[in-house]
Amino acid sequence: MADRAAGLKTVRLKAPVTADDLAGLEIGTVVYLDGRVFTGREGVYKKAVEDGAGLPVNPSEIGNVNFHCSPAAAARPDGNYEIGAVTATASFRFAKWLDEWFAMSGVKVIIGKGGMPADVYRDKFVPNGALYLTTVGYGTGALLGRGIRQVAGVHWLEELGIAQAMWVFDVENFGPFLVESDLAGNSLFERENAKIAKGLGKVYEGMKPAILRRFGETDDREEELI
Amino acid sequence: MIPIDSLEKTAQELTAKAAIEIPDDYLTGLRAAADTEKGDLSAFVIQAMLENYEAAKEDRRAMCADTGVPRWYVKIGNDARIEGGPVALEAALRRATADATNGVPLRPNRVHPLWRTDHNNNCGINAPEIEYSFHPDADWIELTTVHKGGLFGTDYRMLFPGDGIDGIKKFYLDTLVAFGKRGLACQPAIVGIGLGGSKDTCMVLGKQAACLRVVGSRNPDPKIAALEDEFKELGNSIGMGAMGFMGTNMVVDCNIEVGYCHTGGMPMSVHMFCLSSRRACARVLDSGKAEYRTDPQWFTDYSRREGVEWLTEQPASRQSV
Repeated sequence: MADRAAGLKTVRLKAPVTADDLAGLEIGTVVYLDGRVFTGREGVYKKAVEDGAGLPVNPSEIGNVNFHCSPAAAARPDGNYEIGAVTATASFRFAKWLDEWFAMSGVKVIIGKGGMPADVYRDKFVPNGALYLTTVGYGTGALLGRGIRQVAGVHWLEELGIAQAMWVFDVENFGPFLVESDLAGNSLFERENAKIAKGLGKVYEGMKPAILRRFGETDDREEELI
Repeated sequence: MIPIDSLEKTAQELTAKAAIEIPDDYLTGLRAAADTEKGDLSAFVIQAMLENYEAAKEDRRAMCADTGVPRWYVKIGNDARIEGGPVALEAALRRATADATNGVPLRPNRVHPLWRTDHNNNCGINAPEIEYSFHPDADWIELTTVHKGGLFGTDYRMLFPGDGIDGIKKFYLDTLVAFGKRGLACQPAIVGIGLGGSKDTCMVLGKQAACLRVVGSRNPDPKIAALEDEFKELGNSIGMGAMGFMGTNMVVDCNIEVGYCHTGGMPMSVHMFCLSSRRACARVLDSGKAEYRTDPQWFTDYSRREGVEWLTEQPASRQSV
């Protein structure tokens, strides 16, 4: 099995990333990161975008790689934080905030779970020169936790709590991730879904719809949930 | 009398073990999946997960930062006596959950559904859940904790007798494909199916089948056991693997549990556990000594009893999984 997986191309990126770094990245490439990343999920997006608070610090302090996650973290008596595991959360929920988010943060890489729908890549990522890396598994929480060298800062911890605060991490050999969308908006998940959908007719062959249908139900197996 | 301190200390230890140590049965199942996986991306994902288990064990770090929704299953021997009674036990389980959240550390996931209040300790209204079952002729208590992901991979449907086995298969496939896309269900996973019962029981049975039965266990009803084999095979024939990439491994095992239901219906639930399959259990003896395992042995001849009476002179204490 290791042989089958070994064929994947692997690159190491320095964060903050440059446009040149991203230009050559193809979907399905394995990526490891060094440098600075910052987290964001419902709490951060809502406060920064919807409540109009903006970012808590200058974007230059947090870099341009945004991770949809929150760590298993605990405050220690000396004022530092112990970071255990780090795992992404499903990204599709944050699509609605992305226009303002890209504009205020200048983010070029978003890391998360499950990717975004194709139209979000086309309409929001591509115009901003941004791409999406997916975590692997999900999730390789312990491997990612190992990659965190230090907590460079944490914002809005008091009001949003550990799981929703904005964490800023300095990372080394942080990964693995897979390139899910490229600068042209191609999506690895969409490509794989399309291939799998071709075989579904045979898997379902001869099966009748349920006697009691659900309101609004379709049998379109190419349909995505997100 | 089981000392309450032993129960609390054991519960704390279990919370850490569940978060950090991949259970042997699931690891063996996933390694078998790794050996047969044909998709290169899926194979890469499984390889990364196997490395992740090693990293977690070496560092004593949680396998996954999404703590899921930590919960407790308690099996109480009919002759067990708890120091301080059941109220003290529940307090001990809540305290252990809160302490381990800070100690391991685990991510504090539990929030109020409307106000999103987070106490940073995985405790709150109705959290963690504590479910009970009982066991004849025993004076021990078995504690099991499960940290199952809380968002994807579960569905419920009221089917009808006329839908038949085919209808059950179709809903099973629907759930696997829907939540398997993009890997939202964190497959390959142990899949649990609840059939029958009242609607809430149907959900409970399916979840317990996914989280409390081990890979390789089979339902004692040979026809249901045959269905479990067939469903495992069916799930792995979809063409989907880890993260929703092309692949041949979606289901590490399939466990089915049943309960008697309304004569007009055939309710069904499907639950997918995940790549971290976090469960740990221990039997706490009357002396307070804890014996740790990863097989909860939750389902027993007693818990699956069908008749009105349970005759204590029959070989009742034999546990089956």
